[in-house]
Amino acid sequence: MTTVLTRATTLTRGTVIALFISGMAISYFVAAISRGDGEIVPLGIFALGLVVFGMLVIPTSWVVEGRRKAINRTMTGLVFSAFGFALVPLVSLVWTVVTLGLARFDGEFFGSSMRNVVGEGGGALHAIIGTVEITLIAALISIPIGLLTSVYLVEYGRGRFSKWVTTMVDVMTGIPSIVAGLFAFALFSVFFGPGVRMGFAGAVALSVLMIPVVVRSSEEMLRLVPNELREASLALGVPKWLTILRVVIPTAIGGLVTGIMIAIARVIGETAPLLIVAGFTQSMNYNPFSERMMTLPVFVYNSYSSQGTDAQAYIDRAWAGALTLIVIVMVLNLGARIVARVFRPAGNH
Amino acid sequence: MGKIIELDHVDVLYGQFLAVEDVSLTIEPQTVTAFIGPSGCGKSTLLRTINRMHEVIPGARVKGDIRLDGLNLYGEDVDPVTVRREVGMVFQRPNPFPTMSIRDNVLAGYKLNNSRVSKSDHDAIVESSLKSAHLWKEVKNRLDKPGGGLSGGQQQRLCIARAIAVRPRVLLMDEPTSALDPISTQAIEDLVSQLKNDYTIVIVTHNMQQAARVSDRTAFFNIAGEGEPGKLVEFDDTSVIFSNPTQKNTEDYISGRFG
Repeated sequence: MTTVLTRATTLTRGTVIALFISGMAISYFVAAISRGDGEIVPLGIFALGLVVFGMLVIPTSWVVEGRRKAINRTMTGLVFSAFGFALVPLVSLVWTVVTLGLARFDGEFFGSSMRNVVGEGGGALHAIIGTVEITLIAALISIPIGLLTSVYLVEYGRGRFSKWVTTMVDVMTGIPSIVAGLFAFALFSVFFGPGVRMGFAGAVALSVLMIPVVVRSSEEMLRLVPNELREASLALGVPKWLTILRVVIPTAIGGLVTGIMIAIARVIGETAPLLIVAGFTQSMNYNPFSERMMTLPVFVYNSYSSQGTDAQAYIDRAWAGALTLIVIVMVLNLGARIVARVFRPAGNH
Repeated sequence: MGKIIELDHVDVLYGQFLAVEDVSLTIEPQTVTAFIGPSGCGKSTLLRTINRMHEVIPGARVKGDIRLDGLNLYGEDVDPVTVRREVGMVFQRPNPFPTMSIRDNVLAGYKLNNSRVSKSDHDAIVESSLKSAHLWKEVKNRLDKPGGGLSGGQQQRLCIARAIAVRPRVLLMDEPTSALDPISTQAIEDLVSQLKNDYTIVIVTHNMQQAARVSDRTAFFNIAGEGEPGKLVEFDDTSVIFSNPTQKNTEDYISGRFG
């Protein structure tokens, strides 16, 4: 028996678009007829329209194109819908923060602290300075420790001790942030007496949270470096430490930087430990080694939780603080991408 | 100039597992010696002991002596790093450094070691090494492009240039053409027969025609069975091994009856 290859019948693009428009139209009419006192929500119409569109296009496709293509269309539709739904919270979050945060996203917000401000005006400069300093110190502590630990685990670690280190890192990953804050508070109380508050202690608390993230991501990246490159370098008579420094780390640098940036983004929004050990203040404090230091997450929390006489002014400042935090994290991510591109292995330098 | 390599009752072990047992052979300077044998017979393992690269694998160790011009490579005061500067290696899969340009790849042995070499010497080293590797004409106009952009055969010749740039005395090649097409293989084989004027070359190959074409001497290794150590069965002039081997095993392998 011979099989004849026939030309496939497919739905034309025009048919699909027509079905899509009819789906949306049906959805709109259903909503218009059945609405009582409620208003028509565009997103709801669109979602219902997609379902109707699916109910139209799948049977049509089954009849015209056959079973396989109908299933293919169903699955493609499901995958795209899932992606769309995953995007909804993100888009909604960014939209909310941007629209509400822009009200106070102005010069005064970035130019002044909250000292002597009870109603309108005031700003988060003290919190921005605090967040930048504390996060920077936390990064300065965590990056060398984390990177060297991962180099040890990948390049040198053998046997029981390295397994033990891996387990400890896993345990550290699971430490709740409030516990890290209490730890730093207890540690600094030993040296500076009870009731100590300083930015540096906050940085130590953040390091406890950041180190395991750096170790884990750097370890993955270093393991991705092909063994052949290490062997090539060793076979040229290059000592092991130079091989790690000159071959392994440069090859993995893009991934290492990305991992570090993700770790920073992870701790920059921490509130609980900083509330405990860095405290909160309305005034500027540039010195991380003495006195309370404000940070952006604490600023947002504090503005919202203790609204003063002019509640709207406090809420506006809270949203502007949240927007600033998101912008900082986004800038860090973009920076990481640029660095990763500059150091991309296939690149030329 | 090449150096003489003597293996004296060499055993190679991975932990408690004996991978290669009791190999003694002498490799003359400025010759090409081929190691042939079925997979798992320990020929690559043995090759790596000649520049102590087997030590990279945890648990690997060697009993017996390997001497380079009379100097025991496994002596107490011998640093494996210096051994590897004397004995270069080319691997099965081309492995140029992806972060480096073609030029920097050739100079990798100097640059990675912080050796102080003047700019003009750099250019001379790059040119002579690439010329020896028959790659100069193809890449001379794009020395600053990344090494990863070359074809597989070119990458392998780049790796050979990189290995000879540091002027070793011995060149070990671990199945250097098994990942390459016939034309690139031809280029590498031509290169091997020229390089033997300056270096002692040991080449591991699965391709018996290749062993017959490029080598002066051939060593045939075999294993008795799964879990057994690899042993040297026969070591002689290539022409003898391929035309008139003394061992039945060798003849069976050469004629394709097993392996």
